[in-house]
Amino acid sequence: MIKTIIKKYKWSIILLILLAILYFINSNLGENATIKTLSNFKSMLSVLPPILVLIGLLDVWVPKETMIKYMGHGSGIKGIFMSLLLGSLAAGPLYAAFPIAAILMKKEARFAYILFFLGVWSSSKLPLLLYEYTSFGGTFTTIHVISNLTIFLIGSFLIEKMIKKESLNKIYLSANSMIDD
Amino acid sequence: MTSYIIYGLVIILTIISAIVDIDKTKKAIKIGFNSFKKLLPSITPVMIFIGITLSILSPSSISMILGKQSGGLGIIVGLITGSIAFMPSFIAFPLGESLLSHGAGYPQIAAFISSLMAVGIVSLAIEIQYFGKKAAVSRNILALITSVIFSLIIWGVM
Repeated sequence: MIKTIIKKYKWSIILLILLAILYFINSNLGENATIKTLSNFKSMLSVLPPILVLIGLLDVWVPKETMIKYMGHGSGIKGIFMSLLLGSLAAGPLYAAFPIAAILMKKEARFAYILFFLGVWSSSKLPLLLYEYTSFGGTFTTIHVISNLTIFLIGSFLIEKMIKKESLNKIYLSANSMIDD
Repeated sequence: MTSYIIYGLVIILTIISAIVDIDKTKKAIKIGFNSFKKLLPSITPVMIFIGITLSILSPSSISMILGKQSGGLGIIVGLITGSIAFMPSFIAFPLGESLLSHGAGYPQIAAFISSLMAVGIVSLAIEIQYFGKKAAVSRNILALITSVIFSLIIWGVM
């Protein structure tokens, strides 16, 4: 029991030791790193738990057939539009997008759309766009969104093509195992 | 603010779901809780690691690294710091703004901001857990290429 916990949290333990060493070398830096770590946990807890419950709700309420229709292999332009919609209405850091991607995969959304969804999430979230506009101006923000979305869209299909069918099945299985009850 | 909106929204949805079907809702919450349990061993080290890097790669040290850089080298420096650093946009955007007002160029800021948002070296381990090594690494390389192209376009235009 204890052994499996230690094994599971091996990296956490190593990094905590590293944090302690940092503290002994430079107490200011160590203190700062501890404060930053705690505030990371706080911001993680401010988005991740509700997103995970939302994923649970999606899992029990949205039938697979619906998702296949909107984001499955034959969904065409609908799938691209759905990725765009889901990604741009999002909030939170990129790691919060991974569990959402996993539930979409569990419902058999196409992998290229999943990758595009991550691309939208990491460049064109609507609330952030307004902020970016006020910080860097219209030209900067427009070019950012258009260039990123174009390349992510093309790249998503290329990456999907690069990955063999069997490994793609394996990816879907491992994503499933991250949300299965 | 975002946190309140997400929590509020999910609480409302959960209540509606519970009214319609309590068993399904229980199952949904269980799925959410289990996903959290599965994510915790990989997300905990990432949080600590980000804390350590952020204390070393603080906004002030980033502005020191990026501030005087220009040209192609500045873009590369922006890409590297952006890929490694991890900070929320409400810190990164004002940082970029202040760098601009201190003489940094738009292409370098573009490289930094875009890779900061899309390339995730520190969360790569989590990404691999979900999508496998090949897909996760490819996505990050794609994000890096995207950031380079965005920065070059900005270089040409602004």
